Amino acid sequence: MKVGILALQGDFREHEAVFAAMGVETEYVRRPEELEKVDGLVIPGGESTAISKLLKKWGLFSPLQRRARDGFPVFGTCAGMILMAVEVSNTVPTLELMDISVDRNAYGRQIESFEGELSINGTDSPLSDEAVTGVFIRAPQVSEVRDGVEVLATHEGLPVLLRQDNLLAATFHPELTDNRGIHRYFIDQLVGS
Amino acid sequence: MVEKGTFKVKSGLAEMLKGGVIMDVVNAKQARIAEDAGAVAVMALEKVPADIRQEGGVARMADPQKIKEIMDEVSIPVMAKARIGHFVEAEILESLGVDYVDESEVLTPADEENHIDKWKLDVPVVCGARSLDEAARRIGEGAAMIRTKGEAGTGNVVEAVRHMRRINSQIRELVNTPDEELMSFAKELRAPRDILRVIAEEGQLPVVNFAAGGIATPADAALMMKLGADGVFVGSGIFKSQEPEPRGRAIVDAVTYYDDPETLAEISEDLGEPMVGINMEDMTDEDYIQTR
Repeated sequence: MKVGILALQGDFREHEAVFAAMGVETEYVRRPEELEKVDGLVIPGGESTAISKLLKKWGLFSPLQRRARDGFPVFGTCAGMILMAVEVSNTVPTLELMDISVDRNAYGRQIESFEGELSINGTDSPLSDEAVTGVFIRAPQVSEVRDGVEVLATHEGLPVLLRQDNLLAATFHPELTDNRGIHRYFIDQLVGS
Repeated sequence: MVEKGTFKVKSGLAEMLKGGVIMDVVNAKQARIAEDAGAVAVMALEKVPADIRQEGGVARMADPQKIKEIMDEVSIPVMAKARIGHFVEAEILESLGVDYVDESEVLTPADEENHIDKWKLDVPVVCGARSLDEAARRIGEGAAMIRTKGEAGTGNVVEAVRHMRRINSQIRELVNTPDEELMSFAKELRAPRDILRVIAEEGQLPVVNFAAGGIATPADAALMMKLGADGVFVGSGIFKSQEPEPRGRAIVDAVTYYDDPETLAEISEDLGEPMVGINMEDMTDEDYIQTR
């Protein structure tokens, strides 16, 4: 098993480091042919406008969209989540995978960026055995969750970690904390299955 | 509980900018071009360094009105420059809601002894450095991001290369320094020992390090990435070139595909004239900005 990390722009090295610590093999994806060689893909944090443009220009947009709609596991954090949403509050072209609406930078500018404890939904969740702090940086908010999307965690009542079948998305950055639970969940529940 | 302004969220924003290009802009129109070209952030300023160099006089923080126009125009982070040591300019920029402050040698320094105490601000601050000791002092003062100083406004990458190589070679030396010699190493470098210890353990700076100062072509940007930069700032290089739009896009592409010469060749084609540039031999000591 090999997990791809989209390495066009953003904190892809931080995701790589988390997987390395877990003993999971990874490969950077910058080309359509590299997408074929991996069993799942992480879309990292970064600037969604920049990543979206690079996806289109370098021919990754349509192949990734097609594969993900066919059940290929994808995990997006922050900008990654924005790129997965079917609807976004401004004009960033997204892959339109997960049935949610997202507001970009909804908490405000950088000065409003924060660290906060998450509430995990459900006592039988594989995430519930660890307290999880979320790092939210110019973070988006999920304004609408439609049928088929499960809310795995919230912060102050807002959904921040969501799953829809083969898709996992976080408004925060689990790759910036020592907690590996969410990456473990992606491997065990989405890629492994 | 919610904690704002922590070092984690300050340095974290810089992590999100990695592999990206931050472009200098002087108005909303340029900011729009930068965002459309794929910039990860824009640096709002009154004049690009090439013009500051040419026109002389005291260079200061940009007009807040102009910064607000740029913030209203784009959805990507907006940075702005404060003079070295001018903590009031930094506080004003923080109150405007600027996403990052650049305590910059490109502006005329306001304090020749002290830099801004960046721990006191909630807004993150990036500082320039020419060496590991300079970087470590700035990090000790609370800088959440470092960039090479290079020589701004010259369109000549040689100084940025010098600074990046010097930082890398000093890190290698530090990593090979035995623990018991760390104190005298720190003393010799005039750098905080605690910061040096972290760098020695990690083998790299504890914050993101971008290249800046003289980058004018996609090849320049790729060169800096190959030397270990996390991303690049482009100042005069875009809007002082003949065709800013294609050049901006090309530099964005080059920072992603820096490791692939064939792609870089394709990216570098037909971009029009780059900015003219200045050779270092043609500069006098007073012309240097990096020594501030």
